Amino acid sequence: MDILYKIFIDPFVQMGTAPDLLVQTLWDGLVAGVLYALIALGFVLIFKASGVFNFAQGIMVVFAALTLVGLHEHGVPAFVALGLTVLVMLVLAVGVERLMLRPLVNQSSIILFMATFGLTYFLIGAGQIVFGGSPKVMIASDLFLPSGAIEFKGLGGFVSLQKIDIAAVIIASVMVGVLAVFFQRTRIGRALRAVADSHQAALSVGISLEQIWVIVWFAAGVVAIATGILWGARSEVSFALQIIALKALPVLVLGGLTSIPGAIVGGLIIGIGEKLGEFYWGPLLGGGIENWLAYVIALGVLVFRPQGLFGEKIIERI
Amino acid sequence: MRLKHLALGLAVVTAAPAAAATAQAADGLYVPLFTYRTGPYAGSGIPVSNGLADYLNMLNARDGGIGGVPIIVDECETGYDTKKGVECYDSVKGKNPVIINPFSTGITLQLIPKAAVDKVPILSMAYGLSASADGNLFPWIFNPPDTYWDGAAAFIRHAADVEGGFDKLKGKTIGLVHLDAPYGREPIPLLQALAKDYGFTLKLYPVPGAQMQNQTALWLDVRRDRPDWIYLQGWGAMNPTAIKEAAKIGFPMNRLVGVWWSGSDDDARPAGAAAKGYSSLDINAVGSNFPAIQDIIKYVVDKGKSQVASKDKVGENFYDRGVMMAVLSAEAIRTAQKLTGKKQVTGEDVRRGLESLNITAAGWKALGLEGFAGPIHLSCADHNGHDAVALVQWDGTKWEKQPGMIEPIKDKVLPLIQSAAEDYVKANAGWPKRTEACDKSS
Repeated sequence: MDILYKIFIDPFVQMGTAPDLLVQTLWDGLVAGVLYALIALGFVLIFKASGVFNFAQGIMVVFAALTLVGLHEHGVPAFVALGLTVLVMLVLAVGVERLMLRPLVNQSSIILFMATFGLTYFLIGAGQIVFGGSPKVMIASDLFLPSGAIEFKGLGGFVSLQKIDIAAVIIASVMVGVLAVFFQRTRIGRALRAVADSHQAALSVGISLEQIWVIVWFAAGVVAIATGILWGARSEVSFALQIIALKALPVLVLGGLTSIPGAIVGGLIIGIGEKLGEFYWGPLLGGGIENWLAYVIALGVLVFRPQGLFGEKIIERI
Repeated sequence: MRLKHLALGLAVVTAAPAAAATAQAADGLYVPLFTYRTGPYAGSGIPVSNGLADYLNMLNARDGGIGGVPIIVDECETGYDTKKGVECYDSVKGKNPVIINPFSTGITLQLIPKAAVDKVPILSMAYGLSASADGNLFPWIFNPPDTYWDGAAAFIRHAADVEGGFDKLKGKTIGLVHLDAPYGREPIPLLQALAKDYGFTLKLYPVPGAQMQNQTALWLDVRRDRPDWIYLQGWGAMNPTAIKEAAKIGFPMNRLVGVWWSGSDDDARPAGAAAKGYSSLDINAVGSNFPAIQDIIKYVVDKGKSQVASKDKVGENFYDRGVMMAVLSAEAIRTAQKLTGKKQVTGEDVRRGLESLNITAAGWKALGLEGFAGPIHLSCADHNGHDAVALVQWDGTKWEKQPGMIEPIKDKVLPLIQSAAEDYVKANAGWPKRTEACDKSS
């Protein structure tokens, strides 16, 4: 009886008696959700254009953040370093297209997927050689990212909003919005969808496969820079940031691999859901549940919608 | 004919590495270093690995090794992954290592049953299985100068001192924020026992490895529970994230205390001024103002033989921790040479050397490390020492040693170690009885 009370009654009593903590949890969940959406977006862009799940997205985040901080450590001013990092991600996109994707045109998606494994290990090695493995501090203040917190008293306590989190939500929302419009409403966006459906058909109507691939890999690179800056500012810039990219997996399962709105909604559901779950129900299970809770939430959706919330229903003739 | 060639080829392929390994062992003292310079925990692994390797390389360059026998320093990258660590062990054990430092509690737990079989002493300096401090039941495992239980007990003593006595702990709440891995979970039994004895409530806050950089929900739990003290047993990127999150929720920094592995410069630096007041237990001094460390700079760093990113990294807390690991290994080998009269010692000899290890204050001075660490004295029965630990505090830019030393609560820790060691042996049917004789000096 006691356990039933703790599961079904107590969390809601807590929400009522300490609304400040409920609002704080929802805010933290929202921040996490927007950042997860940003990571998931990197995966979705590339999947939409090439039908390949880019295993290297996580290390691209690390590589972008290390490039930015590494350049700054060598005396390059912060915004120049940011510009150069964007350039490096463009070079990477061109390199990936020329050296990895072009020789693999019309190969099955599993081949392309395995190629991204290779790219991951290449970037780990290259990053390690160039920047070393020591953690670095993100140059948040040099990039004029705010620090400190805004505290609201009330609701029986206080709600603290970190200024960096507010900035993260704004930056991530703007990026997600711009990319969503760019890829949904422009000619390039339509071309991208055509490429995703069939490489050969897209080529036959004059769409440049190479150009599309460079664009999406570059866009994923820019997303990686933003992700690296925002996550790096919350912790440190190190190879541990790769792990954060794994948080996109349940988001993608939930939102579908091909949907930009799916990445956004999935990110928010996972972010808010796991924070509420960890805070109110986690202590019942000894804590530390949010890592697998995200997958449980995603699996719960899969039972009813195997293609995810916004994924395309694939019907194949047998 | 083809079969003959194939057999010959196979013989050459299998014999060549064996011959090379034998040659390697005969040419010097083979000391493999299990390090991690890559992966999510590299931030903690790199400075320790640098200090460890640099000190041994300095001995080679300055003294020609130990007792005139060169040290063969051979790094094996584990990535702080237990599976890879065991692979490293399997790859080096045939080369007759004289000592192994697994540099991971998870790897140490896997190697404990193997050490007695392979006759390789394991030095898990201030990490590993706390119960293995019992030399009678674990003759091949050494974990000086303190176990994790000593660390947790020293933290409780510090909290009691600040509160005004052990009786003042009654009714308090103490949290343990720990990596959800064997290393992070190690102090739990001791803290549970002390919670019972002193009447405080223990709250556990596990951080799964995948959530290292994503701890907001956990720190909201802390905000709700309002613990009076928090003990941090984190590693890698978990530490700076935890310190930043603690600052974020306004947790009083002078009530957040880390174990000695949560006290790297890279742990506190990302939070900068916000981490001011955060304390960490410590077992070694910080700084490069020691003759031996100046020798490292002279013989290794300045010659371009070190992997440190810059000279100012020499002397940081975790770099010096690595130096301390290397000193214990080297002095165990030196003691073994004295005990046996041999220069080319084996793993069995070094096990005896570890049991007779006695580095006094004068001994540290003679090594060019005066005041670097407390005296270390191991014995046949006690493979740890359970020594007093220091407390260092982050001043916003660097660590400052606090006055005095903190003794672990030995009357609580030692009986628990004894019973945990016996439980381990009971749980592992066929655990070998100690047959190794004790030296007079041990």
